[in-house]
Amino acid sequence: MADLTSDFIGIKSPNPFWLASAPPTDKEYNVRRAFEAGWGGVVWKTLGEAGPPIVNVNGPRYGVVYGADRRVLGINNIELITDRPLEVNLEEITRVKKDFPDRAMIVSIMVPCEEQAWKDILPRVEDTGCDGIELNFGCPHGMSERGMGSAVGQVPEYIQMVAEWCKTHTSLPVIVKLTPNITDIRYPARAAKVGGADAVSLINTVSSITSVNLDTMSPEPSIDGKGSHGGFCGPAVKPIALNMVAEIARDPETAGLPISGIGGVTTWRDAAEFLALGASNVQVCTAAMVYGFGIIKELTAGLSAWMDEKGYASVAEVSGRAVPNVTDWQYLNLNYVTKARIDQDACIKCGRCYAACEDTSHQAISMSPERVFEVIDAECVACNLCVDVCPVEGCITMEELAPGAVNERTGQPVSSDYGNWTTHPNNPATRAAE
Amino acid sequence: MANTERTPGVVAGRLAAEALAENFGDLNTPFDGHEALVAADRCYFCYDAPCITACPTSIDIPLFIRQIQAGQPESAAKTIFDQNILGGMCARVCPTETLCEEACVREAAEGKPVEIGRLQRFATDAVMAAGVHPYDRAPETGKKVAIVGAGPAGLSCAHRLAMNGHKVVMFEARSKPGGLNEYGIATYKTVDDFAQAEVDWLLQIGGIEMVYDHKLGAGDLTLDALTEKYDAVFLAVGLSGVNALRAEGEDHAHVRDAVDFISELRQAANKSTVPVGRDVVVIGGGMTAVDAAVQSKLLGAEHVTMVYRRPWDRMSASEHELHLATSKGVRIITGAAPTRLTGGEVVTGIEFAYTEDGPNGLAQTGETFTLKADQVLKAIGQHLDGAPGVLDLDGGKIAVTGPGRTSQTGIWAGGDCATGGDDLTVTAVAEGRDAADDIHATLMG
Repeated sequence: MADLTSDFIGIKSPNPFWLASAPPTDKEYNVRRAFEAGWGGVVWKTLGEAGPPIVNVNGPRYGVVYGADRRVLGINNIELITDRPLEVNLEEITRVKKDFPDRAMIVSIMVPCEEQAWKDILPRVEDTGCDGIELNFGCPHGMSERGMGSAVGQVPEYIQMVAEWCKTHTSLPVIVKLTPNITDIRYPARAAKVGGADAVSLINTVSSITSVNLDTMSPEPSIDGKGSHGGFCGPAVKPIALNMVAEIARDPETAGLPISGIGGVTTWRDAAEFLALGASNVQVCTAAMVYGFGIIKELTAGLSAWMDEKGYASVAEVSGRAVPNVTDWQYLNLNYVTKARIDQDACIKCGRCYAACEDTSHQAISMSPERVFEVIDAECVACNLCVDVCPVEGCITMEELAPGAVNERTGQPVSSDYGNWTTHPNNPATRAAE
Repeated sequence: MANTERTPGVVAGRLAAEALAENFGDLNTPFDGHEALVAADRCYFCYDAPCITACPTSIDIPLFIRQIQAGQPESAAKTIFDQNILGGMCARVCPTETLCEEACVREAAEGKPVEIGRLQRFATDAVMAAGVHPYDRAPETGKKVAIVGAGPAGLSCAHRLAMNGHKVVMFEARSKPGGLNEYGIATYKTVDDFAQAEVDWLLQIGGIEMVYDHKLGAGDLTLDALTEKYDAVFLAVGLSGVNALRAEGEDHAHVRDAVDFISELRQAANKSTVPVGRDVVVIGGGMTAVDAAVQSKLLGAEHVTMVYRRPWDRMSASEHELHLATSKGVRIITGAAPTRLTGGEVVTGIEFAYTEDGPNGLAQTGETFTLKADQVLKAIGQHLDGAPGVLDLDGGKIAVTGPGRTSQTGIWAGGDCATGGDDLTVTAVAEGRDAADDIHATLMG
């Protein structure tokens, strides 16, 4: 049996699945249920400074994007940080951590960008017995307009500054949560590292409007006929998150900086992908909000079974496995040539490959009157669109042409040499160097 | 003492009112909105989709299903009606399992096609329920067309002609429109008087005058009179003659045509007034035989047996229909031909001879068996009765070429009375529509 125990910057948990800072971790009641269900840790919903509690809207807080059969593909929210008094949260955190000493208890914090504010709250958080703190520099709505959340996360200098304050005023491990609402995720990650942060977690939600009510012309969720941008999360944002995790993992300036992966983790497979691209653990929110805490059983059993199958003994062994294979486009091997191949026995003759190729791509699939679809090698650029739109898994595949075989599209034999854009004759930079 | 399933003879009221209501309720539960979305999402939107090719009216099925997906069943219905103005009835009675759904690539992929028929009903019902008629009539052309027979072919032709601005007069032998939709289809396939509702909806196009109780060849309604008075004539008179068994003893009481039984049942407001035997034998292997057999069982007959003279795979009723029959308790015997009906004043039994295919076609083996029967329903096919002599016939039907052109200029024909097609509602609709387009083109030169 694979060992799922996790050690994230010294914070131990029985498995690498934490609940992200969000509604599921806002109260003692929810967190106890999560721990009883088997979650490895939680990041307690973001605490603000002492004083009058935050106010939320009293209409709908969530919007949704559905796939088939009302399957939730993504949710956006306009909820703010915890709207319960700081004291109540701190008491509850203390109690729960005491009763579940083996679980990771991280406290998310967002206070104004003034050193005193952080200096005030950090000791109180530390007193709860929690294992670490996460700095919420990601929330894109409501708080950012007040100079917090993603307003900080979008300015690397602020990230560095606040991270430094935190490292100065607490001995707890510091995780900086990053916003994806930025051009290049590497800059805030570098700033966090320079500021002394122990780790980064990403992504926070993506600024979004999920839909418009075409009767009232109000964005959803609608509050008295008006809508505001919210933060999008769930399966739909996973590709964005995976890329950002990988960018940080392979950036020489942040190499080795631990990453907690967040963004659309729904099944064990998603988690394994985040781990492979450099995350050391994952945080989950939307899947739990859609299906309840019971999914932890599938997540842990699934990851464990896959690790056993592949012979990975620990989560750490999986972490970063795919990072060396993430590269820049110019280093991709241009001498790697594939052609689409259609398994005629598996083909159900829907013609989607034909429509896609004929209408929108390279006219590289022929269609006979008997609805037999065949690839025209002389036109096929191996774009993979036919594979993507084929409803039958495994029916269309990409077959690699062996070195020496003639690529009918170019008339040239396939080279056995690795050759990329940097050395390609069409590259002006190559010519300039000559 | 009320009658029961075991009461001897041909009697009414074998089942309680509640049981009859349940038995003759809607066979197929309509989709609700969410079910329709889930079903619609299974469509792959195939290129040059095989389902369209398989549909006799060539409905753009992937398009209408996508319109359901996109939340506009009314637009989906318009896509359907553009090709098939009786799309509502066809959604109920089409043998989809041998047409569009058989061709569906998901049938090939997983043996579970997209439920096209039910989706079509979802879309068309939405428009019918709203009472909206989504077509406007073109300005009057001054041309007049006579249509004989207000069944699916006639109605389809009438709508298309009226839409194009022609004046249409429909002559119908019966007192109600609809043809087999009204008189010849099992009650549970078209509940709540749908056939009449559909005709009422169709006639909203305007420009169609209905004349009931007028049969071609009776009184002053002759083909000559019509060709003289109208610019074109479309014949859609159906097949009113019923084939004989050619077995001894056919004249015993309680031996009747299945189409009459089905018609009586359809027209009966109260199913408990329709008499049915305790031991019913239905002769035939088509949709009519199944409709008669199943409904006999649903009326409370204790034993219902359907007997077909050829092997199972030669029955024209679809597997789906045959499965329905067996699931309702109908026993099906194949490879046996009736030889003799026994009884006195009323029929009491029917003797069959086993058959086998030989060098000279179907032959009786000599081995016989007898079934107890107090009611025998004949469903061995219909034929054209009283075709006007001036028209060429082919195989007993009015010979047509192309879009329903008969041997006489100015006279078109379609539906079951004409050659071609599979004697299905949907083919009749296609033929009526295509004849209308040809008549329109001819009249407008």
